[in-house]
Amino acid sequence: MAGLSRRLSPFNVASLALGLAFLYLPIVILVIYSFNSSRLVTVWGGWSMRWYVEFFNDRAMIEAALMSLKVASVSATLAALLGTLAAIGLSRGDRFNGRTLFSGMLYAPLVMPEVITGLSLLLLFVALNVERGFWTVTAAHTTLTLCFVAVVVQSRLGSVDRSLEEAAMDLGCSPARAFVTVTLPLILPAIAAGWMLAFTLSLDDLVIASFTTGPGSVTLPIRIYSEVRLGVKPEINAICTLIIALIAGLIVIASLASKLTSSRGESAAPL
Amino acid sequence: MSARRVFTRPARLAAIAPYLWMLLFFMVPFGFVLKISLSQTAIAQPPYLPLFDLSQGLAAIKDAAAMLSLDNFRLLASDNLYVLSYFRSLVVAVISTSILLVIGYPIAYGMARLPARWQPFAMVLVIIPFWTSFLIRIYAWINILQHDGLLNKMLLALHLVSTPVVWLSTDSAMYLGIVYSYLPFMILPLYATLALMDPALLEAAADLGAPSWRAFWLITFPLSLPGVGAGILLCFIPIVGEFVTPDLLAGSNALMVGQTLWLEFFTNKDWPVASAAAVVLLILLIPPLLLYDRLQRRQLEGGR
Repeated sequence: MAGLSRRLSPFNVASLALGLAFLYLPIVILVIYSFNSSRLVTVWGGWSMRWYVEFFNDRAMIEAALMSLKVASVSATLAALLGTLAAIGLSRGDRFNGRTLFSGMLYAPLVMPEVITGLSLLLLFVALNVERGFWTVTAAHTTLTLCFVAVVVQSRLGSVDRSLEEAAMDLGCSPARAFVTVTLPLILPAIAAGWMLAFTLSLDDLVIASFTTGPGSVTLPIRIYSEVRLGVKPEINAICTLIIALIAGLIVIASLASKLTSSRGESAAPL
Repeated sequence: MSARRVFTRPARLAAIAPYLWMLLFFMVPFGFVLKISLSQTAIAQPPYLPLFDLSQGLAAIKDAAAMLSLDNFRLLASDNLYVLSYFRSLVVAVISTSILLVIGYPIAYGMARLPARWQPFAMVLVIIPFWTSFLIRIYAWINILQHDGLLNKMLLALHLVSTPVVWLSTDSAMYLGIVYSYLPFMILPLYATLALMDPALLEAAADLGAPSWRAFWLITFPLSLPGVGAGILLCFIPIVGEFVTPDLLAGSNALMVGQTLWLEFFTNKDWPVASAAAVVLLILLIPPLLLYDRLQRRQLEGGR
């Protein structure tokens, strides 16, 4: 089943080990240094929580963090909803007018340079005379992240056995009801994963937020960026570690959840 | 079969909301970018001269049409700063994507050869950095690369260099940062095609006496080409417009186009020129974007 597995040469082992070390070493170093008590980022002065305390006393930073969490949760929820609808439309709508345009509009933002997306959204908001702030950033993030949700949910929908739905309809369910009772529970883990992906993408975004935000709603990456430009500060290590912990926690929860649902799915499959 | 037909209607209805959303927030804004790129810079808020005002009737539109100007594009073409930044962006994208392919392929290949039980675990390990912020990952490298950072300390301790090396604000630091940020984007599509390969093909090649490198070139590599294509596009397109990494890691003597656009917009407040720069960038990216769209559609919709 699993492709090329079984013959693992020393070269394979070495490239895997080096690759993973390359991916993780900088992050591990950053996390370790966030507990460094020395003000000099590069001198080790013993373990300490000092920079975390500093972060929690930094009002501007905390406000930016809260703003980012707010934007991320609202935009991820909107994106999960719209993205799922888009995935259903794409995988079950067969042919309709403008289908090619629709899928193009959903796939292009995944790779579109953020400076273009950010600039164009800003010009839209200016032309519509919308005051920039929380809602403009949220709408911008929803636009970007709903495409990721759509792709994740669409690929899951593609692997769901349609005969289950057809069976439900043969037994007298309306198509919509068959979808909601049979297919929706099966794609729920994908929707949850999509929500989380949207949440973290929004939490991370610097470029689009810089274009679309107003003076009153500075997000965390914008704040971090302006600090980083001035040089390395130990407090930033602490903030980054907290964000990494939050994201890692979400990923663990998601993989546990998908394990639970998939083991349930597997036990149901032989039927 | 007929049951499926019936279902397409609510499914089409489901698409309406996201369809309208994407039209409004993705397609329509390009119209504004194009419009502003043809208008003239003004010291005002917003900093451009209004082009059309439909409320003033047909005559106003005629006036406005007379005011349409390609000046911003002429500026882009005549000023070396812009031409060079487009050129640099393409060069950086080509070089980084090639490095990514060379580094990413062996890793993806190693993943595909892991025992089946370990593969999902390896995939999660590759995905986690992708979920971690670009900004944080670049920042992590600044920690390491700065003047008295870990790298210089290690090199000094090992007596490989006698004075600290300048790493930050160099092209090497930028390439390192870009390769680091985009590596998961290269590995995952490669792994996806390699994991699906039938090992019987390689066994057959071995039975027929092909040495393993030959089997790799004649069988594995050609079969992984869709993954290679997807990986290249997933990296190349966003790298051309990259802003954060060159801004934080490269020196300021040569700019990528993402940086020039940012500079025109935020520092010079020249929205029309920034828009013109975006239009040109978009035109450059249309061919790879179309290719990518086709690949994505084939993968997600089975070539429908």
